[in-house]
Amino acid sequence: MTSAIFEPGFFSSSSVQLAGAVGAIVAIVAGCVGVFTVIRGQSFAGEALGDIGAAGGSSAYLAGVAPLWGFMAVAVAAAGVMEMIGIQRTRGRDLATGIVLGAGFGLAALFLYLGTTYDNTTGATVTVLFGSVFALDTSVLPLVAVFGAVATGTILLLYRPLLLASVSPELASARRLPVRVIGGLYLLAMALAVALSAVTIGAILSTALLVGPAATALQLTRRPGRAIMTAGLIGVGAMWLGILLAYDSYYWPPLHHGWPVSFFVVTIVLLAYISSRAIPARGRQA
Amino acid sequence: MTTEVLTPAASTAAVQKALSIDDVSVRLGGRTVLEHVSFSLTPGEFTGLIGSNGAGKTTLFRVILELQPTTSGSIHLGSGRRSKAAIGYVPQKFLLDPDMPLRGRDLIALGLDGQRLGVPLPSKTRRARVDEMVDAVDARDFADARVGRLSGGEQQRILIAHALISRPKLLLLDEPLANLDLRAAQDVVGLLSRIAAEQRIAVLISAHEMNPLLPVMDRIVYLAAGRAASGTVDEIVRSEVLSKLYGHHVDVLRVHGRVIVVAGTGHDEHAPEEQAPDEPADDGAPAVEIV
Repeated sequence: MTSAIFEPGFFSSSSVQLAGAVGAIVAIVAGCVGVFTVIRGQSFAGEALGDIGAAGGSSAYLAGVAPLWGFMAVAVAAAGVMEMIGIQRTRGRDLATGIVLGAGFGLAALFLYLGTTYDNTTGATVTVLFGSVFALDTSVLPLVAVFGAVATGTILLLYRPLLLASVSPELASARRLPVRVIGGLYLLAMALAVALSAVTIGAILSTALLVGPAATALQLTRRPGRAIMTAGLIGVGAMWLGILLAYDSYYWPPLHHGWPVSFFVVTIVLLAYISSRAIPARGRQA
Repeated sequence: MTTEVLTPAASTAAVQKALSIDDVSVRLGGRTVLEHVSFSLTPGEFTGLIGSNGAGKTTLFRVILELQPTTSGSIHLGSGRRSKAAIGYVPQKFLLDPDMPLRGRDLIALGLDGQRLGVPLPSKTRRARVDEMVDAVDARDFADARVGRLSGGEQQRILIAHALISRPKLLLLDEPLANLDLRAAQDVVGLLSRIAAEQRIAVLISAHEMNPLLPVMDRIVYLAAGRAASGTVDEIVRSEVLSKLYGHHVDVLRVHGRVIVVAGTGHDEHAPEEQAPDEPADDGAPAVEIV
């Protein structure tokens, strides 16, 4: 019975172990940051950071360094640009996001094209845009852990002021809190979370992990701390189940071409969200 | 142009003021928003800040909160020192997503320590303080529901508790009755009046409609075109005082315990009930104004 679920070699495979570890860290970071992304209504900004991260990931690929560095550098720089254009203002938010998004896709198009001509395969394109958690190098694990700790640490340190500023900037500024600084630091944490998410499930799908589990958690609990924990758990669950299904799919048709992990993760996240909405309002914690 | 009328209680002096505004003017982009405004608030008193839209009420609040610099004049808090919780503030528009994972009591707790870093640890004293505020604003029935799904009046109660839990000596409320039905407005007004008296807090509440506040208002600060007159309602809501404030003749009518302020220009007179309460009055003196 178990062997029908866990195909032979699943637990002993080193790439499965690495994928499971990286995936879990990334899912926890994304859950922690993502709850605030949803509360603050910055999902589109998160998507843009992921998309422009593709430019960084692809350029890193060209330069022969780990794509994580590229994702990280470009997402953080883009967060800075978005902050300067004015993400705090509601109207500035769409504008800032749209400008950064356009520029990011332009660069990504260039670098991915160069990458394709360079080694004559589409490997870089697929890896950067759609992720490949099985193809990670072990050297990436400490980086993921450190950047993940920085992003999560920022959120936990700023927790109360960030929550108040996200609920109502007016209440926060009446309490003499530096709303803009808080928003800027949050944006940096989001850039890190998106970059981490991009290496695991790809630049384009990275927001699914950031926003999906968080949006689901918001349906299931009415307390902010629990929402963060729930989002992390859903994320880890989706990631591990996705890895398992991707591993098993090697034996599915068309034979001996495993299905991409990112597909499974994103689909599970979507199903989780739909089920959480389907729970009748009475059963849900109103 | 400020008409400061001292009440007997205030003139017996030595009363520690919760807030003193002294000759404050604010110019924004070449336009004078507040002009030589002076008044003071006494602990335990309920003061209405009355004026039509555009009269400068929100600017005055922003000045008190130090979110808006003054062009001239000075502001003193009774406590002297400004801490992060010296002033309780309830903002004008408060719209939360119904799915926001935040219970009423979570928002109240943020009023206690929302400015602190780190994650709040479970604490009996913290919980007791929150429970005490939940009781003080009669919010037991809905304090555990999501804030975004509460009615306007329920949200106001939670916000008042949020503002009061840090035990400020001054509570500012920006148009708290604007979106409430009559019954909910009466409840909120009664609650505020009780809290002001019991906890010796100076309450300053802005409104474009003075009538719901008449039964509880100890003092009034009347704003028109950036200028202010303050005193008791009987001292200020009179034809001579308001005419001087507006700069042209104004009649004050008292009908069935309600006050109607009519600018007597003779033309463009609507029946009072036809005037939308939130109709903008650019010159600060509409032909007919219900306040």
